[in-house]
Amino acid sequence: MTAVTGMPDEQPLLIADGLSKWYGHRLGCRDVSFELYEGEVMAVVGESGSGKTTLLNLLSSQMEATSGRVLYRMRDGVTRDLAALDEAERRLLARTDWGFVHQDPAMGLRMRVSAGANVGERLMALGWQHYGRIRDTAADWLHRVEIDASRIDDFPLTYSGGMRQRLQIARNLVTQPRLILMDEPTGGLDVSVQARLLDLLRGLAADLGLSVVVVTHDLAVARLLSHRIMVMKEGDVIEAGLTDQVLDDPREPYTQLLVASILPP
Amino acid sequence: MPVALELIAVSKTFTMHLQGALRLPVVAGLTFSVRAGECVVLAGRSGIGKSSVLKMIFGSYRCDAGQILVCNGGQQTDVAHAPPRRMLALRRSTIGYVSQFLRAVPRVAAIDVVAEPLFGNGTSREDARSRAGELLQRLNIPGSLRSLPPATFSGGEQQRVNIARGFLPKLPVLLLDEPTASLDAANCAIVTSLIVEKKKQGAAIVAVVHDEGVREKIADAVVDLTNFAVAA
Repeated sequence: MTAVTGMPDEQPLLIADGLSKWYGHRLGCRDVSFELYEGEVMAVVGESGSGKTTLLNLLSSQMEATSGRVLYRMRDGVTRDLAALDEAERRLLARTDWGFVHQDPAMGLRMRVSAGANVGERLMALGWQHYGRIRDTAADWLHRVEIDASRIDDFPLTYSGGMRQRLQIARNLVTQPRLILMDEPTGGLDVSVQARLLDLLRGLAADLGLSVVVVTHDLAVARLLSHRIMVMKEGDVIEAGLTDQVLDDPREPYTQLLVASILPP
Repeated sequence: MPVALELIAVSKTFTMHLQGALRLPVVAGLTFSVRAGECVVLAGRSGIGKSSVLKMIFGSYRCDAGQILVCNGGQQTDVAHAPPRRMLALRRSTIGYVSQFLRAVPRVAAIDVVAEPLFGNGTSREDARSRAGELLQRLNIPGSLRSLPPATFSGGEQQRVNIARGFLPKLPVLLLDEPTASLDAANCAIVTSLIVEKKKQGAAIVAVVHDEGVREKIADAVVDLTNFAVAA
């Protein structure tokens, strides 16, 4: 487990306060509350349909909550209700201070634009204009996610699944965001590719002091990446706590079932 | 010396929901304290719950009732009720734990497994790695192995990597689960002397040790969990 940086008395970066989402009569998630501090990695686990992705969409303002609030501490130190931001403010947050890593890299990348431009694009959105500086920064990030410099002008279309996922991560991190939301970041990858990606994510989160909410159905991913864990079932949070505590001493019948269902390596 | 760790009326029962809510009592009313520089050894037959008690103090098992008080620099924390964020800070600043088996992370070199607890504590990576290297040297892990991930190491080598990781940061409370179990006599003696050094530096230690010779050299008190077992 990696270290959590920061002082114990500081303010949380992200607060979910009684978040619920109903799709008509069908429940997405119900009364989810938590506080996430800088440098903390929280995993949200549960089977498909348990409300994990709904929660992620509520946190990132991609979906409106039926009730409850999401509060975020802006770079100026003021904590604000995301629903009260105007569209321009929200777009700026999404482009700079947040990253969103999709399970399918094709959703987070432009597949017919070069890798370098995929990374550089977020910088240009921030007003960067100097081509050389953008390209150097993009090259630096490709290096940090272990993509060979010779591939900078290739389209992600020509990349393997693991490379695409690493490129998506570089694209997200180039603006030095403070909060990263990840939806099944290792889903669909071979085991060896997964291990490499997990190691990379672990190192980056610790080095950059990122706050991360990672949705996964894979408890091994949760154990490797997260400090804390939240278990969801049918839209409700049924158990939460330190990752090793929840996985080594699960209390709820459903969590015990999840933990007991892991195949030994 | 001041009390660094105190357990007061600690109780724990596992409820196995997949086995028809079978209840497995571990301990009840467990009470003992450890002063700085002192080592308490937990005793009792195999399966009585010695490792479970260590895990409760570290916070990876929950505590059903009672208090687990950890003191550091005048600040007292009750592990049994501390929120996750407080526990994570406590593990960084106060409580170290050497588990029975190393949980190897893919692709991370042995030297970094050992140095990692110092990363982010104001120590530079180079400094952390050089101190990790010195400790591994003392524990007879050859230089050629240090850049490899420990997953392929022998049981004894993995255990020594685990010990180095637990012993490198200077933490006031140290929990040791069978630290010498799979070591030969020479390495066992080295680990024993490391434990004695830690005590001299003021660490409060709770250990599970079966080896009589090691126990004799490190124990100031023995707590027999048989006395706190729940009558079946």
